[in-house]
Amino acid sequence: MTQPTANCPNCGAPITFLWSSAVQTVCPFCRTVLVRHDVNLLKVGEAADLPVDSSPIQIRTEGKYKGRNFLVVGRILYEYERGGWNEWHLIYSDGESGWLSDAQAEYAMSHRVPTPGNLPAPNDLKVGNDVEWNGNHYTVATRTVAHYRGVEGELPFETWDKSDVPFIDLRSRDGRFATLDWSDTPPTLYLGEFVEWDDLNLTNVREFEGWPLR
Amino acid sequence: MTGSGTPLARGLNCPNCGSAVELRAGEHALTAVCPSCLSVLDAKDPNFRVLQTVEEKMRVKPRIPLGTRGTIMGGTYQVIGFQVRTIVVEGVSYSWHEYLLFNPYRGFRYLTEYQGHWNAVVTVHAVPTMQKQVVLSTAKLDGITYRHFQSASARTTFVLGEFPWQVRTGDTVEAQDYVAPPRLLSAETTADETTWSRSEYIAGDEVWKAFKLPGSAPPAVGIFANQPSPYGGIGRLWKAFVLLFIALAVMFLGREVSARREQVFSGQFVARPGANGDSTAFVTAPFELKGHTSNVELTTAGDLNNSWIFVDYALINEETGVSTEVAREASYYYGSDSDGNWSEGGKSDRAMIPSVPPGRYFLRVAPEVAPDGQAVTYNIRVRRDVPNALFFGVALLLLLLPPVMLSIRAAAFESQRWKESDHAFSISSSSDDSDE
Repeated sequence: MTQPTANCPNCGAPITFLWSSAVQTVCPFCRTVLVRHDVNLLKVGEAADLPVDSSPIQIRTEGKYKGRNFLVVGRILYEYERGGWNEWHLIYSDGESGWLSDAQAEYAMSHRVPTPGNLPAPNDLKVGNDVEWNGNHYTVATRTVAHYRGVEGELPFETWDKSDVPFIDLRSRDGRFATLDWSDTPPTLYLGEFVEWDDLNLTNVREFEGWPLR
Repeated sequence: MTGSGTPLARGLNCPNCGSAVELRAGEHALTAVCPSCLSVLDAKDPNFRVLQTVEEKMRVKPRIPLGTRGTIMGGTYQVIGFQVRTIVVEGVSYSWHEYLLFNPYRGFRYLTEYQGHWNAVVTVHAVPTMQKQVVLSTAKLDGITYRHFQSASARTTFVLGEFPWQVRTGDTVEAQDYVAPPRLLSAETTADETTWSRSEYIAGDEVWKAFKLPGSAPPAVGIFANQPSPYGGIGRLWKAFVLLFIALAVMFLGREVSARREQVFSGQFVARPGANGDSTAFVTAPFELKGHTSNVELTTAGDLNNSWIFVDYALINEETGVSTEVAREASYYYGSDSDGNWSEGGKSDRAMIPSVPPGRYFLRVAPEVAPDGQAVTYNIRVRRDVPNALFFGVALLLLLLPPVMLSIRAAAFESQRWKESDHAFSISSSSDDSDE
């Protein structure tokens, strides 16, 4: 994993990349949102302060899932009418990118897959409808409109200047799920599965007072 | 308590009554309840805005006090929330208790209690496969088929502590329970979504041990929906029966094949009217019983014609004088009446004398017939080593007894369980996929 270093065009602080393919990052010192263009870092705006939360995951948390080591490099905090959840952007040791979602300490691992060509129209994806992809059955569970509440660290796409993100969540019969992110057309498809804390073998997590990890 | 790490606990004062409110789950809490005035507060609001005040001051004391930690469900969890939920069935209210458990790394779990019956509950993310049939509906999850037990509206009637969701007294969900003891699958449907959870029955003693509670768990009353049957081993008992039955059948067939059925004596005699036992007694010619100690079959067959014969036998060992006495009777009557022809009894009688050692024997025979009837000609036959099906029949009955008795008790248990369901009158079998 290369760790190229650059300087924040806003405050001049050194920016160390944990992931060489990062598209966007946030200066940890001045919270300026920076987007990479070739070798340059462009300032696109200033990130809002992230609200205090109680997630045990943090940037640089490491883990091992199904034999693959990963490192948490970024985070998106989504918010919708009934709460919020974190999508932690992670990089596997082979350079692949993935997501660890944390909603009230319910965890799920997912990754982006190519959007299938035969995707139903959004109106055909009503709650309770069944969808089949590559022989796997999914049921539409929820339709949510969320927005970016905050970002930090390195992300594989730009979040700046985007507001509402329509999501369609689908569940399978064996604990897997699919998420269609309709912030672009065609939408982006993520496939994943729910996991338990012990499945993730996390280290360098945020510890809580009175709750020793071991 | 260790001093390191991000604090999760914080305190606030209830804006309604001013009492201290303790929060334990950091930013996870969306709503919190004032322990003093029971107002529901907005835990996300800087001023802890009052969301609901409760007029009715019904107070329920949780059996596990808020803040208690225990080792259960694979981790350390702290009780942070408590609610009483109530369903009404045919005008009768049934309430159960729900404990919200929290670990900042592992997340949320639940414990429920109804009249001493406890369940450990986790949220289910998969979508169970539903099957609706005329009589019963099922839900299938992870290869286990759950049978529909009950549908009801569950209303929250009392809340304490903090919750990571919006909670109010009076909240109502449509609840559906499916059982596969010791598990139970529940769907809770609100206007927004359906949430599934899976419960596993645990003994109250285990809860007491996990949370180190004083005293002992209150005894469970009645039979709960997913309480495991104490007759769960019945399948194994029937399997054992089948194996023993096969062994018995092999023994029976072996005996049938190996039995010598050797005829050692046969003779024809006549008993005249007036024959009255001792006065007309006689002895037969001696005969040899060979081989090892074994049984002897003694058959009395007469030309009976609306008559009877009674014979007092003594099988006497010529050398030792040891005598075995048996009294036998054969009677045969027949005729016709308005219902047609009838008959009663039989012309022959068969007796088994067990465990007769080898040696030379003779029979002392004392016949008796009706004093005013006809003479009866009868045949006496003695066979050595004859298989006795009765022995196997008795053995089979004894083998059947335990599984049948237990099956009856298991069925009674299941009928008690289903009596509380929506399907009290449907026939319930105790079969379920979760067994073994």
